[in-house]
Amino acid sequence: MTTVNAVSGGRVSWWRNPWRKPRILAAITWGYLAWSLLPVGIAALFSFNSGRSRTSLQGLSMRWYYGDPSLSVLHDPTLQGALIHTFVLGILTTVIAVPLGVAFALGIDRWRGRLPAGFNFAMLMSFVVPEIIMGVSLFFVVTRLHTPLHAGTAGQVVGLVTFQLSYPVIIVRARLLTIGKHYEEAATDLGASRLGAIRRVLLPMLYPAIFASTVLVFADVIDDFVIVQKLSAGAGTEPVAVKIYNTARGAPTPALNALATLLLAASLIAITLGYLGYKLLSRNEGQSSIESFAGQV
Amino acid sequence: MRRRRFLWVALATPGVLWLLLLFVFPFYVVLSLAFGTLDPLFLSPVPIWNPMHWIPDQFTYVLSHLAGAAGFYGPAILRTFAYVFIASVGCLLIAYPVAYYVSRFGGKRKGMLLVLLIAPFWISYMMRMLAWVNLLQIDGWINKVLSFGGIFNVHIAWLDGRPSTVILGLIYGYIPYMILPLYAGLDRIENSLLEAARDLGASRWSTFRRVTLPMSKSAVVASLLLVTLPMVGDYFTNDLLSASPSTAMFGNLINTAIEADSQVGKGAALLIIMFVVLLAPMLYYVRMTEKAEGGAV
Repeated sequence: MTTVNAVSGGRVSWWRNPWRKPRILAAITWGYLAWSLLPVGIAALFSFNSGRSRTSLQGLSMRWYYGDPSLSVLHDPTLQGALIHTFVLGILTTVIAVPLGVAFALGIDRWRGRLPAGFNFAMLMSFVVPEIIMGVSLFFVVTRLHTPLHAGTAGQVVGLVTFQLSYPVIIVRARLLTIGKHYEEAATDLGASRLGAIRRVLLPMLYPAIFASTVLVFADVIDDFVIVQKLSAGAGTEPVAVKIYNTARGAPTPALNALATLLLAASLIAITLGYLGYKLLSRNEGQSSIESFAGQV
Repeated sequence: MRRRRFLWVALATPGVLWLLLLFVFPFYVVLSLAFGTLDPLFLSPVPIWNPMHWIPDQFTYVLSHLAGAAGFYGPAILRTFAYVFIASVGCLLIAYPVAYYVSRFGGKRKGMLLVLLIAPFWISYMMRMLAWVNLLQIDGWINKVLSFGGIFNVHIAWLDGRPSTVILGLIYGYIPYMILPLYAGLDRIENSLLEAARDLGASRWSTFRRVTLPMSKSAVVASLLLVTLPMVGDYFTNDLLSASPSTAMFGNLINTAIEADSQVGKGAALLIIMFVVLLAPMLYYVRMTEKAEGGAV
C-alpha cells in the first residue's frame, strides 16, 4: 500500500488502488444473497400470520400450524396428508435408491469392458435428461401399458428411485477414484476374501460418500416435483410440492405457507444432521469441513 | 479371474436392470407412441411396437404446425429458447461474480457464505415460487415497495402472463444450480497463479481476463448446461408465475398434450423432439463427466 502511495505521490482514490477491496463484487454477492433468501423468509413469516391474508401481516400466531380447527396444517387432512406422503416418499426412495446405487457404482467401477461402459452411459443420461422427459415417459408406462406398475405411491417411488439413482453412483464413484485399489489389494494379500475386502475395508472407507448421498437423495426427493406430479394418483398421493403447485395460484390461506415452511424445516434439519454426520464420519481424513460436503452436491 | 468378475457383475446387475426397465424401456414406449397411430373410433393412441412398422404421422403433424397460420407449436418452442437463453445469460451474469467473490475473497466468512449459497438448493423449488407468487400479488409487497409507501399508485399485475416475470422466475429458480459448480471450478484455480500474474504487474482486471477467465471456461460450460437443460423442460415456473398461454413454453405444450387421449401421440412426438434438440448438449455433459471419472473405459 505504501509503495503505491509513494509512486503516485500521495493518497490514491480507491478505484486506482490495485489492492482495493472488491466492493462491487461484495455488493453483488450480498445483494444476491438477500434476493435469493429474503422472499423465502417472508413466505415463512407469513405462515405465522394471524389473519387470512398472504399480503399483509395481521399479527403473529400459530393459527395456520395447529390453531385453526379446520384449516391449519394439523387439522386439514389434505395438508397433513401431503406432509406425511412427502416423508413416506422420501424414506422409501432413499432406502431403495442408495443401496442400489452404491452396488451399481462398485460393480460398474470394477467391471471393465464395453457393456459396463454402456450402462454407465445410461446412468449418466438419466442424470442429465430433463426431468419432464423421464416423468412423461414413466407416465406413459403407467397410463398406457398394462403393467403391475400403477400411478400412486408405488409408481412415484419407482420413478423417484430411477431419477435419484445417479446421485449415489456419481458420488461413490468419485470417492472410489480417490481411494484407489491399494487398500483392497492389501486386504486380499493379507488373506481376506474378495467380498471380505469390500465389506471390511472398502465399504467403511465409503461410509462418508454413502452417508452424503443418503442425505442428498432424501433432501432432493422431498423437494421433487415433476416425477411425483406425473405419477400421482389424485389428491391422496399428492406430496407438498404438488399441493403448492395446485393451490398457489388459487386463494390459499397461509396454511400453505405453513406447510412449505414445515418442509423447509425438515430439509434444513436433514442437511444439518447430514453435515454433522459427514464431519464425524470423515473426521480422520483432514479434509472434512463444509467445502467437501458442498463438493458432494 | 472369472470369479472376481462375477462379483462385480452381480453387484451392478440390480441397478442395470432397474435402469433398463425403468429408464431405457419407458423411452422406447415414448418412441412407440410417437411413431404410433390413433384409434379412429376411440381417438386413443395406439403404440406401434415394431420399429419396422413405425409411421411418422405425428411428427409430420407437429412439424407442419410449427409455423404459419396453424403453427401453434413453433411460437412456444421459439419462446422457450429465447426465455432460456436470456435466463441462462442472466444466471451467469449474477452467478459468476458471486462465485468469484466467495472463492477469492470469502476469507474467514467463506464457510458461512457457502452455507448461504447452498441454502436455496435445499428449499423446495415450489416454496421459492410460492414466495414470489405472494410477493407479486397486486396488493403484494413488491407493488407496495414500488409505491414508496403509497406515494405512487402501483397496481402492476405481475402474474398475468408477463415474459419478464417468467424469465426472472427462471433465473431465480435455477441460479443456485449454477453457482455451486462455478464456485467449485473457480476455487480449484491455484492462488499462486493469480499471485504470479499480479506480481508480474497485471492489474486485477487483466489477471481476471487473462488467467481466471480462461481457466474457468469448463466450469462455465458445465454450469451453463446444468441450468439450461432443466430450464428447457420446465413448465411449472411458467404455470405458477404466468398461467397464460401467451408465455407457454415447450414443457407446457407437452404437459397439455399428454392430458388428452387424442393428443398423447403428439405429446410423445414433442418429447422426442425436445430430446433430440437437447441430445448434443447432454452428450457433451456426459462426456465431460466420464472424463472426470477417469476415462470410464
